[in-house]
Amino acid sequence: MTRKLLVGFLLLVACMLAEDAARGVELQLPKEVVAGADMAVPTMGSGSATFYLVGPAGTVKRAIKLGQEIQIKGEDVRAAGRYVAVITGDNGGSGGFWVMPAKVANVGFIAQPSRLPVALPGAVSGVVYAFDHFHNLVYQPQPVKFELSVAGAPTTTRTVATKDGVAWTRMDSGRKQGAAQFDAEVDGISARRVVQQVAGDPCNLRMKAQRTPMGILVETDPIRDCSGNPVPDGTIVTFTSVDSKGTTTVDARIKRDVASAQLPAADRATISVASGVVLGNEIRIGGAQ
Amino acid sequence: MSGKALAIAITAITVVLVAIGTLWPGEASGTVYIAGAGTSAFNSNDTPEAAARSLFDNVRQRNWSRAYSYIGNQNEVDQRDMEADLQGTNDSLRTYSTLEPSDFRVLHQTNDTAVVRANLKWATAVGAFYETRDLNLTRQGNGWKVVWPSGKQPNVPPQVIPVNYLRWDVIFRGPGDDWGAQNVEAPHVRITSMKAGASGDNVVIMGEILNEDTVPAFVDVKATLVGKDGNTLGKENSFDKISHTLLPKEVSPFRIDFPGVRLAEVKSVRMEPNSSLVPASADPVIAVQHQQLQVDARGKHVLQGELVNESGRVVNIPHVIATYYNNQGQVIWVADGYVDRALLPGIPMPFGVAVPDDLASQVHNYRVIVNQYSQGKFLQ
Repeated sequence: MTRKLLVGFLLLVACMLAEDAARGVELQLPKEVVAGADMAVPTMGSGSATFYLVGPAGTVKRAIKLGQEIQIKGEDVRAAGRYVAVITGDNGGSGGFWVMPAKVANVGFIAQPSRLPVALPGAVSGVVYAFDHFHNLVYQPQPVKFELSVAGAPTTTRTVATKDGVAWTRMDSGRKQGAAQFDAEVDGISARRVVQQVAGDPCNLRMKAQRTPMGILVETDPIRDCSGNPVPDGTIVTFTSVDSKGTTTVDARIKRDVASAQLPAADRATISVASGVVLGNEIRIGGAQ
Repeated sequence: MSGKALAIAITAITVVLVAIGTLWPGEASGTVYIAGAGTSAFNSNDTPEAAARSLFDNVRQRNWSRAYSYIGNQNEVDQRDMEADLQGTNDSLRTYSTLEPSDFRVLHQTNDTAVVRANLKWATAVGAFYETRDLNLTRQGNGWKVVWPSGKQPNVPPQVIPVNYLRWDVIFRGPGDDWGAQNVEAPHVRITSMKAGASGDNVVIMGEILNEDTVPAFVDVKATLVGKDGNTLGKENSFDKISHTLLPKEVSPFRIDFPGVRLAEVKSVRMEPNSSLVPASADPVIAVQHQQLQVDARGKHVLQGELVNESGRVVNIPHVIATYYNNQGQVIWVADGYVDRALLPGIPMPFGVAVPDDLASQVHNYRVIVNQYSQGKFLQ
């Protein structure tokens, strides 16, 4: 990047020197053109000369006949920025013009994070970069519409104007788990990212226990987070039983919303349940509950 | 003395010694056995200690039929069972172990019976493994024989165990994805407690880490000790004193040792919990039953219990990590130990994890987790 800038700067200096060498005759150039648009530069005099067009992404050198229009194709002015045109020779001249970005054609959309718990304020961030067809950043202000939606829940919408080609927003994660569609739209061009909204910590973790011929069967009620979403399968739920023979622990996995485990038989036991940093209820077998 | 003179002197002495050895060879009165040396095993059953030593020396040399010849109750014990007992099965840690020269001590002896304590040391990939066996011996004829415990190795009857636990696979971002397309998020993990302490000449950082995400995480904890002058005293990681694969909402203890660093030199500690997304399976579930703090035969404090593999797959190498808490619920020590037998489905396997004697009185509560290494862990 630095190298490109340096090369561009040197080319610009070279053009300015060439401009001086062309004895300061001003070429008739438009002040601004749109990136990718064809243009023509009139010339005066007669005979042959060399035409240079120096832009931020390259240089064009062409032999021309003076007195005829120089046709500059759109592909030579695709990169937005300052251009300098120079015609060498006695009847030469020079001039500069700006190539402006074309209309928005591409949207670069960065959404973070790709997975997060539900009901977190300001946790979803989206950044939009507006580009034209030639990958120029469109720095004229553009309204960007951000939309975060998950099936079965209301959609959150926010509109932000780009500044220097960039717009960003922060949104709350929804209360319903699922793959949320995070859309950004600029001037009819849209991009979509998926933000997986997952259940939070278990809420109101409760279990029940019953004696079986194999020992003590413990099973939780359906485990949900504080927004009512089922906690995903595979989540660890730890059952701990303390009896006269010692402590028994089983790291059970949630399967179809509940976790269960078979604990060893005991006349009296105190059984507790926890998941992560969340504690559930405690049951005393063989004593008062 | 110059180097040249020294070389001449050494050569001359060597020549003289070779000549003496050739002209007057020593008369050996018998074979001198040095435990652990050479490739031949010690073989004698003149005394109870010699019989026990002979048996295990032949085990060390993997000379199983010779070792079996020192068994007195061959009508009760099959050679294959003895081999399985000593050599291990099911790709357990024992199958990768080598017996080192061991120590034998007669605890009790009469004319016809004796008890010998064998302190066995097994060299394993995860360090030395110590085993103490009290062997009963009887006099049979002119020699002593070992009465081998006749318990058969537990076996799991043929059956079908349905396993329908969850499994997670991961597809990472590829080169063909759009610019700006997200990669899968690394799991969110959090250190829930941390404590720096001293153990001998070492600084020890210990604590617990929680996977607070809904996907499995491969975790590691790194710590950097910063001295009072701002310089780094050391960087270490938790290595195997952690359960690296954490399922959602699973908590693992960790311990990081800094050998040769004194706690008084430490100004601060920088912790770096790292996590990455890995494919994982929610299977197997291993119950830890009947955990109790005990004092073993050597007077050491240990946390003992039983592991029960509740799945249908053999766990080849179980690794037990214990967290000890004081009466305020703070982590005061993290210890670990490998079990050198494979965990067969449904068959309880005893384990023991050391408790430092100086901390034993402070232990108010404890928690045991089981890390497991199984063949084809992610392939099934």
